[in-house]
Amino acid sequence: MSGFWHSVRSYLDSRFKLEAMLAFGRKKMVPEHEHSFWYYLGGLCLFLFIIQVITGLLLLLYYNPTVDGAHESIRFIMSQVRFGWLIRSIHSWTANILIGAIFVHMFSAYFLKAYRPPRELTWMSGFFLLVLFMAFGFSGYLLPWNELSFFATRVGTDIAGSIPLIGKAVKTFILGGATVTEATIGRFFWLHIGVLPAAALLVIGVHVLLVQTLGMSRPMGLKTDREISFFPQFILKDALGWLLVLGGIGVICVFIPWEVGTKADPFAATPLGIKPEWYFTFMFTTLKIVPSHVLSIEGEVLAILGFMLGGLLWLLVPFLDRRALREKASPAFTAAGALIVIYIVVMTALTYLAPNLGK
Amino acid sequence: MNRRKFVNLYLGGSAIGAAASLLYPVVRYLVPLLRPETAARTVLAAKTGELAPNSAKLFKFGSTPAVLVNGADGQLRAFNAVCTHLNCTVSYESDTGTLYCPCHNGRFDLVGNVISGPPPKPLEAYEVAVSGGDIYVSRKV
Repeated sequence: MSGFWHSVRSYLDSRFKLEAMLAFGRKKMVPEHEHSFWYYLGGLCLFLFIIQVITGLLLLLYYNPTVDGAHESIRFIMSQVRFGWLIRSIHSWTANILIGAIFVHMFSAYFLKAYRPPRELTWMSGFFLLVLFMAFGFSGYLLPWNELSFFATRVGTDIAGSIPLIGKAVKTFILGGATVTEATIGRFFWLHIGVLPAAALLVIGVHVLLVQTLGMSRPMGLKTDREISFFPQFILKDALGWLLVLGGIGVICVFIPWEVGTKADPFAATPLGIKPEWYFTFMFTTLKIVPSHVLSIEGEVLAILGFMLGGLLWLLVPFLDRRALREKASPAFTAAGALIVIYIVVMTALTYLAPNLGK
Repeated sequence: MNRRKFVNLYLGGSAIGAAASLLYPVVRYLVPLLRPETAARTVLAAKTGELAPNSAKLFKFGSTPAVLVNGADGQLRAFNAVCTHLNCTVSYESDTGTLYCPCHNGRFDLVGNVISGPPPKPLEAYEVAVSGGDIYVSRKV
């Protein structure tokens, strides 16, 4: 190292204690075993979130959150602004990949029973992050103000409106009125760039702090004690994954730039083949097949209450899985998780393969 | 009640009161202002002859979309076009002579009743009147 860089390093080191941080990273050990691959997904999610923050900040420069300006500003970004198409495509594709990565991260943590004590709060904060990022996706979907996003928002907010007792108030609050209008774009924009990022940063902070404090979970019945250092071994492997994913996102954006769609017309008929973003489709298709009434209760209300109950049980899994709590195998929970995965995959596939289901 | 208990109660109560007085204006600020909906009773939906038999037209009825159908039998009917399931906008399918919602495949007949799919209620039907060359649609009283 040249004298100049050496003096810069020692200048920064004396102020930020860099050497102490690196020493901590070298001393911190991470389990290495046959399931280690799944452990890199958490870091990947964080990396994708950083991409979202950077591209989101760049999009803010040209985006206009009004009924007259939203669609036009997105069209302008995609067609006039230099590399606007790339920035917006990265933002939209990464949003989808991020939610996919969170799903895989969550299910891998579930099947490896990483929610065992003392990591209950790590699991719960992770679940809240999934909910937050789905809210990110839902609020961001409306911002281009195209016909798909317009009707998806009408359906999504009406689902919120179906919740007994509080539904109507929640719906009015989200929409900023009785229906989807300019007030809705304003509110979704406010949520998307203000409230949700602040909440996500807070919950990510808690989640990462818990991972740091408690260390990574070891799967039950692990035979090996092998470990690697957090720095540089784990971080370098993590960084390799990030680099590959970033390259993959770049390739996708070049060949399949994110579409702008047709500008929303609140008084037009809903276009055929409408569906929400893929991560909501399992609920969307469920709502298609539930009958209008089940024992005099409206089918949609019943389905929505079912999803809410399912979400609550999923959140409380660390406390329900009594066998895993005692470090014993819990095949019933593994089977339940597998059934949920099959349900989500089948319903999602049906959305695309059998769009006329129930017609 | 001893002095410590009193002070704790006093301070705790004051803290709750202060938090509530800060929170109240924020909550009120966040709740949207609901402007009264334009109480459209009657609107001009179309001109006579504008709609061929077995076709339909969407039009604004106040702040909601509505659909005027000229059935295969030549009879004019109008409905609130917002699906009673989850708020999508229905459209007329001429090959089946029904109103169809593509969001969750709900289908209604030309009286507004649900034929198939998950909608729990029929579509609200409006009254149609022809006056001169104009077709007027009104909310049923």
